[in-house]
Amino acid sequence: MRPTAPLILAATLAATAGLTSCGGGSGSDPDTVKVVYNRSTDNKIRFKDNHLAEVKKQFEKANPGKKVKLIPIQAQDNDYATKVQQMMRSPKTAPDLVYEDTFRINSDIKAGYLRPLDDYLAKWKTWDQFVDTAKTAAKAEDGKTYGVPDGTDTRGLWFNKKIFAKAGLPADWSPKNWDDILKAARTIKQKVPGVTPLNTYTGKAPGETSVMQSFEMLLYGTGEAGGNPLYDPDAKKWVTGGKGFQDALGFLRTVYSEKLGPDISDALDPNVGTTVFSEWLPEGKLAIALDGSWLGQNWLKTGGKPWPEWSKTLGQAPMPTQNGQAPGQVSMSGGWTWAITAKSKNPDLAWKFIQQLQTKDNAVTWDIVDAQIAVRKDVAQDPKYTSSMPGITFFTGLVKYTHYRPTTPVYPQVSTAIGEAMEAATAGGSSPEKAAKSYDDQLKSIADGATVAASGQG
Amino acid sequence: MATATKVAAAPTDTPARPGPRRGRPLRWLPLAPATVMLLLFLGGPIAYCVYIAFTNMQLTGASSTDFVGLDNFQRAFGDDDFRNAVVLTLVFTLLSSLVGQNTLGLALAALMQRASRPVRTLTGAIVIAAWVVPEIVAGFLLYAFFRREGTLNALLDWLGLPSQNWLYTLPILAVSFANVWRGTAFSMLVYSAALSEIPKEITEAAEVDGAGGFRRFWHITLPMIRRSIGTNLMLNTLQTLSVFGLIWAMTRGGPGNRSQTLPVFMYDQAFNKSLIGYGTAVALLLLLVGALFSMVYLRLMREEV
Repeated sequence: MRPTAPLILAATLAATAGLTSCGGGSGSDPDTVKVVYNRSTDNKIRFKDNHLAEVKKQFEKANPGKKVKLIPIQAQDNDYATKVQQMMRSPKTAPDLVYEDTFRINSDIKAGYLRPLDDYLAKWKTWDQFVDTAKTAAKAEDGKTYGVPDGTDTRGLWFNKKIFAKAGLPADWSPKNWDDILKAARTIKQKVPGVTPLNTYTGKAPGETSVMQSFEMLLYGTGEAGGNPLYDPDAKKWVTGGKGFQDALGFLRTVYSEKLGPDISDALDPNVGTTVFSEWLPEGKLAIALDGSWLGQNWLKTGGKPWPEWSKTLGQAPMPTQNGQAPGQVSMSGGWTWAITAKSKNPDLAWKFIQQLQTKDNAVTWDIVDAQIAVRKDVAQDPKYTSSMPGITFFTGLVKYTHYRPTTPVYPQVSTAIGEAMEAATAGGSSPEKAAKSYDDQLKSIADGATVAASGQG
Repeated sequence: MATATKVAAAPTDTPARPGPRRGRPLRWLPLAPATVMLLLFLGGPIAYCVYIAFTNMQLTGASSTDFVGLDNFQRAFGDDDFRNAVVLTLVFTLLSSLVGQNTLGLALAALMQRASRPVRTLTGAIVIAAWVVPEIVAGFLLYAFFRREGTLNALLDWLGLPSQNWLYTLPILAVSFANVWRGTAFSMLVYSAALSEIPKEITEAAEVDGAGGFRRFWHITLPMIRRSIGTNLMLNTLQTLSVFGLIWAMTRGGPGNRSQTLPVFMYDQAFNKSLIGYGTAVALLLLLVGALFSMVYLRLMREEV
C-alpha cells in the first residue's frame, strides 16, 4: 500500500511549477501606445509619473482617438531591467516604448529587443539640437541609433559645510587628489565624532550605483589623460585589472577599513542610495558624499524629502584625479533614453509620442523636474533651466571632463563582476590584488577572451 | 490513512472471465481532459526548462541561442558560488525545515492537546496568522524585526544585551528563523491531526502501567505518527528548498553571498547576469536535491512497524 507515490509526484510537480512562470499578455490595440517606465521605489517621489501624465494629456488632445497607456514598474533599476527584458521577449507583452538606461541599451540592442530609429531621426529637425555625445549614447555597434536621450548626469563630491566648519575645514573645499579626500575624511572622523566622514558606494547590492558612482569615478582618474582603463575601443578589448584598478579598490578598502565610510552593513543594503539623500545628508550624519548631480531634486518642495536649507548647507567639489595629474578632474555620465521595441505593433505612434516628449517645453520641464543635465543645446541655454537649481551650473560644467561607460553589450555583466570585486575588497577582506585577479578570471569568460593587459599604468 | 481495511490486492493473473476487457481504456476517458491540461500547462513548461538548461540562452546581450550540451552543468560544478549555494541550501533546509518547523510544530501540537480551549484557540490563531501572511509580506516584517534599527535590537537594548546587525552578521540564521516563524503552522496542523488520531485507550493503558510522559511520547506517540512525520518532513523540505521571496526581501542573498541559497543563486544568474540557460540548469540540479530528500523520506516511511 503506497498511496504516497502519486503524492510525491504531485508535490514535485508543484514545486517545479514554481520554477517556471508564465505571464499572460494583453493584445495590442492599434490606437494605443504602451509606455513602460521605472517608478521610484520611494513613494513620495512621483515627478516622472506626473510629467508623463501631463505629456499623455497633451498627446491625446493633439491626436484625437489615440490613447497612451502608461505602465509604471516600481522597482530597483536591476529588477526593472529584468522585468522589461522579459516583457520585450514576447510580442504579446512587448510595450511600444520603453525607458532604457544607456548602460543596458547595447545589451538589449544585441538581443534584438529594440528597433533602429534612423529613418525617423532623418526627418526630425529637433535631432540637430542634441549634442554629439548624446547622439552616440544610444548608437550601437552597427552604427544605427536606437534611442532618444532625454538628459544626462554628472558626478562629483557633495560636502556638508556645517560639519566642515566644525572640523576646521574650508567652505570652498576643493581636493586636488585622492589623498586630500582621505585627509579631510580623517580630520572629520577625529574632530566630529558620530558623523560618517565619507560615503563611497560599494558592493553588489546597490548595483550599478556602486560601480559607476564610486569605482569608475576612481578608476577613470587613474593613469594618463585620455587613457582607457576599462575598455579599449580601438582594439575592442576589455582591460584586465591592472594598477589603476587595484588602486581604485585600494582607495575603497582604505575608506572602509579605517572606518571613514558608513558601517559596512549599511553600505551593502540595496537601498543605501535612497538612505543617503533622504536621511544621512539632510540629517547631517554624512560629511562628504561622492554622488550624482540629481540629488538636489529630492530636496525641492516637490521632492521626496523637502529640505529648504540644502543649497546653503551643501557645497560641491569636482572629483580629482588620483595624483592630480591632467586633466585634474573626473566625472562619469550616463543617462536614459526612450526606445521603441522591436516587437512593437505601433512604432509610428510610439515615435509620435517621443516627439511629444521632446517638444522644447517638455524637454526643459523634464530636465528641471528630474534634475537632469541637458543634452540639447536649446534646453541648456534656456533661462528656466539654468536658474532651476543651485549647483546645476557646477554639474553642467563637469561635462567637459566626463567619461561615458563602454557601450558594449556585455557591459552589464562586467559591471556585476566589478561589484563583486568591490565587495570582496571592502567587505570580504580580500586584497585588491586578489580581487582584481578574480575579476580578470570573470572578465575572460564574459568577454570570450577578448581582454588586454592594462598598459601605461606600470 | 485508512490502511486498516484489508483490500484484497487485485491479482494480475485473474482467471480469464469472459468479461469485456475492451472497457478498460474507456475508464481513462474522464481523466483525459485533466491529463491533457497537466501535460500542456505543467509538462510543457518543464520540458521547455529542461531544453533551456542545455542551451546558452541569455536574457539580453545575445541574439541567438545555441545548444551547448552539458556546458552549464560542468560550469556549475566548477563554480565556487554554486557550491556555496548548495551548502547554504542544505544549512537552510536542515535548520529551518527539519529542525525548526518540524520540532516546533510537533511540540506545539503536543502542548496544545493538553491545553485548555481558549489557550489552544489563541495559540493556534497566532501561529496560523504567521503562515497565512504572504511570503513577501513576511519577508518585510522579519526584515524590520532583524535590521539594525529593528525590533529585535530594541528588545535587546532594553534588556541590556549587546545588539548587532543580524542580517549582516548571521544572515543565514536570520532567514532560517524567518522560515521557521512562517512555516511552523503547517507542521503544527499536520501533527495536531495525527495526535488526535491516537486512541486514548492506549495512552491511558500506558499511564496505568506507570509510563512517564516522556516514555509515553517516545514509545507510543512517535511510532504511531511516524507516517505523518514522514509526509510532513517531505512536504516541508520541498517547500523550504524553493523558498525565494522570503530571502529576497530580507537579504537579497547578501551580504556578499552569505545567504544565497540555490533559488536566489538561480535568480541572480538568470536575471541579474542574464544567463538564463545556466540559471535553468541550476534549477534542474535543485530539483535533483529535492528528489534525493524525497527518496530518503520515502524509504523511511516504507518500513512497516
